[in-house]
Amino acid sequence: MAAALRNGRAGWRERETGRPGPGLGAGAGPAERLHPAAPYKVKPTVEHHKKVFSETFEQPPIYVPVLTYMGYGIVTLFGYLRDFMRAWGLEKCHASQERKEQKDFVPLYQDFENFYKRNLYIRVRDNWNRPICSVPGPTFDLVERVSDDYNWTFRYTGRVIKDVINMGSYNYLGFAENKGESLNSVAEVTMMYGAGVCSTRQEMGNLDKHIQLESLVAQFLGVEAAMTFGMGFATNSMNIPALVGKGCLILSDELNHTSLILGARLSGATIRVFKHNNLQSLEKLLRDAVVNGQPRTHRPWKKILILVEGIYSMEGSMVRLPDIVDLKKKYKAYLYLDEAHSIGAVGPTGRGVVEYFSVDPRDIDVLMGTFTKSFGATGGYIAGKKELVDYLRAYSHSSVYAASMPPPIAEQIIRSLKCIMGLDGTTIGIERVRQLGVNARYFRQRLQELGFITYGNEDSPVVPLLLYMPGKVGAFARRMLKKNIGVVVVGFPATPIVESRARFCLSAAHTRQMLDTVLNVLDEMGDYLQFKYSRQSPGVRPEACDEPDFEIED
Amino acid sequence: MDVKGVKDTLSWLYYQYLLVTCSYVLEPWEQTIFNSFLFIIVAMVLYTAYVFIPIHVRLALKFFSGLGAGQPESTVAIMT
Repeated sequence: MAAALRNGRAGWRERETGRPGPGLGAGAGPAERLHPAAPYKVKPTVEHHKKVFSETFEQPPIYVPVLTYMGYGIVTLFGYLRDFMRAWGLEKCHASQERKEQKDFVPLYQDFENFYKRNLYIRVRDNWNRPICSVPGPTFDLVERVSDDYNWTFRYTGRVIKDVINMGSYNYLGFAENKGESLNSVAEVTMMYGAGVCSTRQEMGNLDKHIQLESLVAQFLGVEAAMTFGMGFATNSMNIPALVGKGCLILSDELNHTSLILGARLSGATIRVFKHNNLQSLEKLLRDAVVNGQPRTHRPWKKILILVEGIYSMEGSMVRLPDIVDLKKKYKAYLYLDEAHSIGAVGPTGRGVVEYFSVDPRDIDVLMGTFTKSFGATGGYIAGKKELVDYLRAYSHSSVYAASMPPPIAEQIIRSLKCIMGLDGTTIGIERVRQLGVNARYFRQRLQELGFITYGNEDSPVVPLLLYMPGKVGAFARRMLKKNIGVVVVGFPATPIVESRARFCLSAAHTRQMLDTVLNVLDEMGDYLQFKYSRQSPGVRPEACDEPDFEIED
Repeated sequence: MDVKGVKDTLSWLYYQYLLVTCSYVLEPWEQTIFNSFLFIIVAMVLYTAYVFIPIHVRLALKFFSGLGAGQPESTVAIMT
């Protein structure tokens, strides 16, 4: 029998006809047992261009959006009641109000955003802007605050909630840390250069640290040159206007980040939006643009720029990069890839979606990213051909007017880049990248098995868990804090009105034990608050164990 | 012990009702208003059902049985 087991196929047949094996229920057909839908044993990193691109955006049962709308309707009615009471002086108004002299002018606070803020957001706003008093590592400390008047004002009790598991910080590779020998170099640089730069890049703010950092970034990404900026948001909003202008066309994804939208609007180019990750929509727009040209004159567009992101942080989905690169080559457009969340977080060696899909970095015209997420610092970079970067050094608003990156931050990025690339002589970096991938896949798999609806690609470290109903959003965040887990919940303006969610950001610093704690709490809470809406059957999985379980007792 | 189990289940059900109707975020006096409003409507529905359903059911049965019994005469009447 042991010999038969060593022979793979006979082994499987033995298992099927023999005992079912731990955890494999009688209901699982032979096909499912041979190719389990969600194997517990996490898949090793396979060749990524052969990997199946699997993203799910499951829809909940129909009663869920109906009840969500009903809930919003009820709160809106009470909002009208409260606004009426405030307007007629039956209740003191804590929100912003116009002065008596302004009452005859155009009303300032009557629009929907202000109504929503006064009557729904304030009621649950104790779940946001929570003050932190430690480094935002895998666990952190929160300052406790309470409200006596239903979240209009807060007061601090003086207590600190210690060791809250951090599921919200963008600490993908665990570089948000305050211990470690490599941090000594950051301290030395602070001693040598001071903390601030006090100038812009084009004046006196061009330090040798910046040159060192930029060459390291270019080496990391596999491109000719790179340029770094002091602020990630400003990298997008200040450089897109330098690259495109009037007479150019920008094709931007539906769910792009505000910095990309702001940059696109500031540039003055025409903006057309294509459906999220939908290549037919993009191709239709490209064909239309190439055939018809500019709106009235039909002259050809000066440039067509496609703006996409590597990982979309609200959905956890990844861009379909190889297909977009093919489209761009076919229609002679340019591609701007914003890898804010994916640099350092995906790919076998952490080089982002470009490596994940095995695309040549020379095919992407502008590679942009930020150092805020995986590198534990601030700032952003733009990388690509040397002529592009040299042009940006001269013409970007950021290099002319914005202060450049402070030296300690530059040193922090240099140290984390060296760690990831292995240039410091250790394997810590590559271990962290691998650990992040394992954590992400494990967490997503377990959430699927527990019956929650999650969005996004199975390899992305950003995991949105759908809650839908506004009441549950507030209750969930508060109960999780009571259980010492800090989560970020997102509601209406940032997400569609029906799809409120809790967004988990995994980290390489999370241990398996922390993830299991969080998953157990989520399991209980899913039953207590009833948000396990998934109708896909969870994969059959064996009992928790680390080795493959091939022994069969006689 | 069973009483405690029942009480726990009832309080869990009330909590679910608060979450689903989004009354969870309302202040206590608003919840009271909403609950009384809903209670009044449900009470009126039940009262109307109690008063009118037996009468309507009886009338409906009479209508259908009357129709079935009187059918041969009416078709003959139409043909002649």
